[in-house]
Amino acid sequence: MKCLQVVETAYRATLEEQDDPVVWICHAMKGAGADLGVLLRSGAVNYAVTGQDPSGLAFGDWAQKHPPDLQGDLRALMEKRVPVYLVMEDAMERGLDPETLLEGIQLLSWSEVPALMEDYDQVWHW
Amino acid sequence: MNSNLTLTFSLMDPPYENARSTTAFRLIEAALRKGFHVNVFAYEGAVALPFLQQRAHANAVHGRDVEQEEHPLPHQWVQSLMRLAEEKGLQLQWVNCGLCVDERGVDQAVSGVRRGTPGDLWQFAQQSVNTLIIPAS
Amino acid sequence: MSHYLVLESRDCLESRDSKKMATLAEELVQAGHQVTVFLIQNGVLGARSGAVDFFWGEMADRGGEVLADEFSLRERGIPAQGLHPGVEPASLDRVIDLMASGCKVIWH
Repeated sequence: MKCLQVVETAYRATLEEQDDPVVWICHAMKGAGADLGVLLRSGAVNYAVTGQDPSGLAFGDWAQKHPPDLQGDLRALMEKRVPVYLVMEDAMERGLDPETLLEGIQLLSWSEVPALMEDYDQVWHW
Repeated sequence: MNSNLTLTFSLMDPPYENARSTTAFRLIEAALRKGFHVNVFAYEGAVALPFLQQRAHANAVHGRDVEQEEHPLPHQWVQSLMRLAEEKGLQLQWVNCGLCVDERGVDQAVSGVRRGTPGDLWQFAQQSVNTLIIPAS
Repeated sequence: MSHYLVLESRDCLESRDSKKMATLAEELVQAGHQVTVFLIQNGVLGARSGAVDFFWGEMADRGGEVLADEFSLRERGIPAQGLHPGVEPASLDRVIDLMASGCKVIWH
């Protein structure tokens, strides 16, 4: 079974988790043998942007040592042969420069999403 | 009856935060009443749904004491759905993401709930005719 | 061709993203797929007859099916006869049936 994981919600507790829970579960399920693709849409397109720097979170004498590396987690997914797609219109609406997006991500227009969804047996929208 | 078929639901919301939780319970109930086996994978805050330490309270605004108020407790909903499944001879498997349980300290769940991993979600999905992800937003 | 079930839980007047999901649903219909939109929770608020900018209604005009959760309607005081044309009340049993039929199901 092939399953497309659509990530919409962005930066939900990423600092507490030190990752994105949906990208993380994709890694974990891939490790369990899942056949997955990932589509970033809405605010989650920003996960592909270079220059994200969540370092420096500190409360009193507590300081975060391992801040999330969202772009790195996506890169690692692609290295595991999980294709990662991104909705171009959502990136443009947010003023993202395609040149600043993670290399290897496949840019799609919204009108191409139905065909992508047809390539998968199930669509999980997170 | 569709007792050979299984539906899987993945939940993410913690109790008392979003209408999605009650909708999820309604869907699980509807699936059981129609004769489906049901798998639930509770992820992130949803692992607190079957947490046994939830306590009912009185409600002065409503003018009711604790007995009169009968405040809903999601862990009791889980127990009730477990009983419904048993009565109908169906399986209701509920797996709590173990790491999510640990980080929240909600490790006392109702009977029948077990710890698991995202691998369980993938296994559930493969064993099911369909899977619905109900995400938190 | 596939059958898609979109469970829309967001108030269309509140969520800009709902319009995007409606666009996706329209694209799916245009591509020849069957699409059922099931309004639920605050997703039913825009379905009240007289509500403005109820773009899901256009789905029904274009060949999609638009249903509204009976419980969510009742919870919000929206009578079945007070719905936007093209929207039909339905129980959650319909969602279960569609899931069992192998629909590609999307919660929004």
